[in-house]
Amino acid sequence: MLAMNYRGPYRIRADQKPDPVIEHPHDAIIRVTRSCICGSDLHLYHGLVPDTRVGTTFGHEFTGVVEEIGPGVQNLKVGDHVLVPFNIFCGSCFFCERELYGNCHNTNPEASAVGAIYGYSHTAGGYEGGQAEFVRVPMADIGPTVIPADIHGDDAVLLTDALPTGYQAAEMGDIQEGDTVVVFGAGPVGIFAAKSAWLMGAGRVIVVDHIDYRLEFVKNYAQCEIVNFKDVTDMALHIKKMTDWLGADVCIDAVGCEASGSAMQTLTGRYMMVQAGAATALHWAINSVRKGGNVSIVGVYGPTFNAVPIGNALNKGLTLRMNQASVKRHLPRLIEHIQAGRIDPKAIITHRVPLEEVADAYHIFSSKLDNCIKTILIPPSARDMRTVTGSTLH
Amino acid sequence: MEPRTDLTQHREQHPHPRVDVSTIQGWGADLDRRNRPAVPMERMPQRLDVSGRPPAQQIQRMEVLVSPERPHITPLFGTGAPPRGLSGVLRRLAFKTTENDIRHWLLLLLADRVNMVEGIGQDLARGHVPNMLSEMGIKAEWEHNRAGLVKKAAVATAVAGVAYYLLSRRNNRR
Repeated sequence: MLAMNYRGPYRIRADQKPDPVIEHPHDAIIRVTRSCICGSDLHLYHGLVPDTRVGTTFGHEFTGVVEEIGPGVQNLKVGDHVLVPFNIFCGSCFFCERELYGNCHNTNPEASAVGAIYGYSHTAGGYEGGQAEFVRVPMADIGPTVIPADIHGDDAVLLTDALPTGYQAAEMGDIQEGDTVVVFGAGPVGIFAAKSAWLMGAGRVIVVDHIDYRLEFVKNYAQCEIVNFKDVTDMALHIKKMTDWLGADVCIDAVGCEASGSAMQTLTGRYMMVQAGAATALHWAINSVRKGGNVSIVGVYGPTFNAVPIGNALNKGLTLRMNQASVKRHLPRLIEHIQAGRIDPKAIITHRVPLEEVADAYHIFSSKLDNCIKTILIPPSARDMRTVTGSTLH
Repeated sequence: MEPRTDLTQHREQHPHPRVDVSTIQGWGADLDRRNRPAVPMERMPQRLDVSGRPPAQQIQRMEVLVSPERPHITPLFGTGAPPRGLSGVLRRLAFKTTENDIRHWLLLLLADRVNMVEGIGQDLARGHVPNMLSEMGIKAEWEHNRAGLVKKAAVATAVAGVAYYLLSRRNNRR
């Protein structure tokens, strides 16, 4: 099969690899119809995630058609068109029992702090990802969800990670009616966090980034205020000026370890790697939120440590909440939102690229070329497929 | 200016909220916390039909490194790219230390860099000369950032030229 093949930092290509096989009675093999490049894939692409091995395939946002099922699978049948949450989870462990599907304890032997994720290094379990023609999906009765007939395939693929993560970011902010919410980062997750903040009754939503075309997009898409941090001298001071000198009620870090905006953080976090990435957005979030406010973190950081003003968080009495999105938990409500027309996920898709051109697709996304916001990779087998059993591919 | 005056002026100039929320599609649909699927953060029993018995143990047919912070291998695991070569030796060494130990992660990062060089060797051993410029997306750079690419090429050429000049001058002195 054709699959994305990681060769080292900034180097990938499309290559032929062996087809995946059923390795467990509860596995399924999925023929991929769409896969996205996620902002967090860039941390792998840039070589920042420990135990990212040469020869592996990335991709944790994908939809596909069930090609084969293991003998223990009961809820799926061959031909079902499914969306696959990026978390690999068992549904029965201590954490899954509590609906913390992103923290499953039964699927990642290589780290205890990290749940298992498709195509996200051996630190996240060593599973192959969905930027390929086929992918092995463990616990196929538990994770995948059959795509409802009235949900577009492009919306479905964004339900596997980007939209639930943005939604959970807003939810972890515990937004009350009329709250001022500041979202750091105007990438796909930040865009969806801004949109979700309105669903939860925010009175004001401000998005901060430094890329003008993304700020312009989010201003129109999420009807929010925007700030280009390159235009301000001090981010926390600017937010305080915008919020009666108190600070925002809720700040969301939707950037993670590759933030720009602080020379010291960039030098130590991204170039010298003496901390687990540049924590600029988190630093700003803690210093921009009001006393007693909430900071929600969905930006991804490495497993070592980061320099953040934790003393300010203590002295301000902040609540910090963070997690990988528990995708499956959010799906029923988010599908309702899409069906009701409250949110249109597919509107953020700017690029649709054949899998064969995966190297160019990553470079465009990584370097923010061609006004790129969200890229979908289409495998060759999906381009030839118009209809499948029981489901029409939009 | 006294702080109170400043605040009053600011509030008059900037009413709160700034937008008419009735114009925002879906505003407040999840204002009621009962509509928020992750409230409370830890929720039992599960609302979705995803509960099941613990999974059976997957048969291990390859080397899988297991965190020392776990008692044994998990029932399920990935089977991509088992540890091999010098990078594999480093990874095995890393897994002798816990996740709590910074050396664990630094050794893994070192192994990743060694693995990158091994990958080039594997390509060459298979008779494949990797097209690194293509792998780095030079086609997209040429299409969408031609000026930037030319600038980078000019800088790289200049640096290489200066380095060559300095080296050749040093060789001539000898």
